[in-house]
Amino acid sequence: MKSAIAAFALTSALVAPGLAAARPVTFTTTLNNYGGDGAYLALYLTDASGAYAGTLWMAGGKSKYYDSLAGWYRATGGDPAQIDGITGASVGAGRTLEITLDLADALFDAGYVLRVDAAVEDMRDSPDDVAVPLTTQGAGKTTQGRRYVASLKYDM
Amino acid sequence: MIRVLLHRWPGLAGLLLVTLLAVSGAALSVFPAIERLASPQAAGGLSVGDLAARVQAEYPGVEQIRGAPSGRITAWWFQDGTPGAAVIDPATGQGVAPVDASPAERWLVNLHRQLFAGDTGRLVMATGAGVMLLLCASGVALMARRMGGWRRWFGRTRGGLEARLHVELARIAVVGLALSALTALWMTASTFGLLPDQARAPLFPATTSGQTGIAPNHIAALADLPVAALRDLSFPDPTDPTDAFTLKTDRGAGYLDQGTGEVLAWTDAPALSRVTDTFTMLHTGRGAAVLGLVLGLMALAVPALAVSGFALWLAGWRARPRIRGNASASRAETVILVGSEAGSTWGFAATLHRALSEAGQSVHVAPMTAFDPARYRAAKRLLILAATYGDGMAPASAKGFIDRLEHAPALSGVPVAVLGFGDHSFPAFCAFADEVTQLLTAKGWTELLPPDAVDRQSPQDFARWGRALGRTLGLELELVHQPAQPATEALTLVSRRDYGAQVQAPTAILRFALPRAGFWQRLTRRGFARFQAGDLLAVLPEGTPGVAPMPRLYSLASGSRDGFVEIVVRKQPGGLCSGQLVALEPGDSIRAFIRPNPGFHAGHGRAPLILIGAGTGIGPLAGMIRANRRARPVHLFFGLRARDSDFLFAEELAGWQREGRLARLTTATSRGPRPYYVQDALRHEAPEVLAMIRSGARIMVCGGRAMAEGVTAALTDVLAPAGLTPAVLKAEGRYVEDVF
Repeated sequence: MKSAIAAFALTSALVAPGLAAARPVTFTTTLNNYGGDGAYLALYLTDASGAYAGTLWMAGGKSKYYDSLAGWYRATGGDPAQIDGITGASVGAGRTLEITLDLADALFDAGYVLRVDAAVEDMRDSPDDVAVPLTTQGAGKTTQGRRYVASLKYDM
Repeated sequence: MIRVLLHRWPGLAGLLLVTLLAVSGAALSVFPAIERLASPQAAGGLSVGDLAARVQAEYPGVEQIRGAPSGRITAWWFQDGTPGAAVIDPATGQGVAPVDASPAERWLVNLHRQLFAGDTGRLVMATGAGVMLLLCASGVALMARRMGGWRRWFGRTRGGLEARLHVELARIAVVGLALSALTALWMTASTFGLLPDQARAPLFPATTSGQTGIAPNHIAALADLPVAALRDLSFPDPTDPTDAFTLKTDRGAGYLDQGTGEVLAWTDAPALSRVTDTFTMLHTGRGAAVLGLVLGLMALAVPALAVSGFALWLAGWRARPRIRGNASASRAETVILVGSEAGSTWGFAATLHRALSEAGQSVHVAPMTAFDPARYRAAKRLLILAATYGDGMAPASAKGFIDRLEHAPALSGVPVAVLGFGDHSFPAFCAFADEVTQLLTAKGWTELLPPDAVDRQSPQDFARWGRALGRTLGLELELVHQPAQPATEALTLVSRRDYGAQVQAPTAILRFALPRAGFWQRLTRRGFARFQAGDLLAVLPEGTPGVAPMPRLYSLASGSRDGFVEIVVRKQPGGLCSGQLVALEPGDSIRAFIRPNPGFHAGHGRAPLILIGAGTGIGPLAGMIRANRRARPVHLFFGLRARDSDFLFAEELAGWQREGRLARLTTATSRGPRPYYVQDALRHEAPEVLAMIRSGARIMVCGGRAMAEGVTAALTDVLAPAGLTPAVLKAEGRYVEDVF
């Protein structure tokens, strides 16, 4: 249900030089009814070598809980600059997070992987709950997550 | 100020919110205890390394082990493509119970923490906690004042049901409530990141050993770590040599190499994080389940405090004087200040206000405590209506007035009239009004009218003063004030015992059935629902139709707990009311109401009582002895005329002596070859009396004025060797009189 449009700023190499080389992409993340409080979710990209490339969205506003998103925290050290302007509320069990971002074409079919780390209070952490390669063919297909994420898909 | 600004208004405003917080908190307090009981506890010497090895042996795909302050160990694993989780028995490493997040607990937590409304709800609830803390602080200040000092914190409480309930609950619960509120505010600040207390994991190490496969019990950092210190241990991905163990303890967080077990990076938690942990434990009871239950129990006092506090406010609001069209202090030409103890003077003030307002004046009425001459910018005159409390003291609504008057310069062009209210039969008649008058003169205030007084709420006195005021102001001022009287009840006589006919003092002990108190009276313990010996029965005599009768007051010789209403009446020559009462036969009834007389209660405590009474004055004293179920030492001096004629309560007194309710009885008979009065008896037994007074005894005197004066004179002599005087004891509240 969450809808957002953000001027997406990944690391400088990935920023679209102009609108011609970018397109709006909608990411839809639906959570299981895991029977707990709202989940913190970090949506971020790693490049072909597995290195952190940038954050797409942070669902959850309190930085004291970010180290429970172990993969994202390991990559960024919790750097607030990484999520400046792309932070929203945590996502309740059974709810859907929908975000729309202008993504550079260069991010597709280039070995980039979209990863979602999830954490819920008083429940286990789930780094890498789901990981999907960003490809043009993969658009519109849903992928099942490991614990909290029921499904993840992106549409162009 | 404290009462109104810092306690009453915050309390009323936060009533529902604070109650909701407390009730939900009390409900939540049971969960840590349940969790504690349901969780197998680790043996004292068990290390995290051994625990992790045991769990890993049972669940090779273990990914995370968490330790809660309650001692509960939870493990999560991923095996054969399915996630699993269980509460772990640390002794075996095996799962013993499912990890069930109780929906009820989660619902309560969300309600208690944030009203299901996220950060907005958190701020609302934090405001509630702030109100609670404010109420605790102002309540403590009020309590110390009410009880007469910190050392009497757990002293006996007085007052109506609501007041006592409020005080008795609050003085115990305040500790828990303040602790819960303070820790709640701290936790909110921590949640919003306002405190530098956050234990953050360090940056992930750039390089690892590249090896994998060390058993957790071979990692030195885990082998040294007791299970109680564990917060979280996340296992690395064994297929990724750059991954590492992530360890969080109560001291900090860091990474351990999965090949060598070496500490790759570590950050100590800031000192404040220990404070936050402790506060969280104190607030939630997680890790301190018993304390949690105690705090929960204390929180349960809040609904009762809210209801009783609200009732107290409502009672005060209902009793407040209703002055319609009260002009503001700064605009009024006439300022009326009221010094009233029980509120009757307010009625006169309202009548005066109405009459002056109808004559075109703008009039401001305020309690004397609100005296503030700097605000009386438009004032042309000041009228002070002052009752007297006890032996010349300032009444409740005039506390602090003398002090304010002393420190304020006189207003020029604002003459003052003082009207005292009192009872002419008391030596300190209008003593407070006189004190005010003298100070006004000394401070240079001009006089509008000579000082005057209203005796026993006399409408005639008041009307006379009003006419004098009207003449001075050039107004026709007709003050018609009939003091309002409480609703009366019909009392039916059930028995009478007659005495004293032979000694020309026909006297009767009249016992009436206790009227059934209404629900509200019972709840609030007003009227006939709650009275005690020493309170007064106001009897309305049958009079001329159409003329409102003035009630006659009789000291009660029984309390509501006795189950009957008893008075002692002597037939006065030509007395209207006493004649009617003494003529009553069982089955006849009278109309009456209770007038509380808290100044003449026996009070609680173990200090001895010296009761001195003559004639019908024995009535309230007998009632106090009857109520002395705890065998407090009581010495009664009883003055009568002849033992075989007017020895009132003779049979009961003998019985009470046997039961220990009366320690010692001294009678003084005035008829006979050698007249002997109670004052003589006091002198005769001076050493005993003095010894009792030295051990803290309280003296209560009831009877005619001449007898009371004689007693005072006798006691002056008795007390002299100890360097004491009756006046000193009176000032300490240890010498009280009920004189008629």
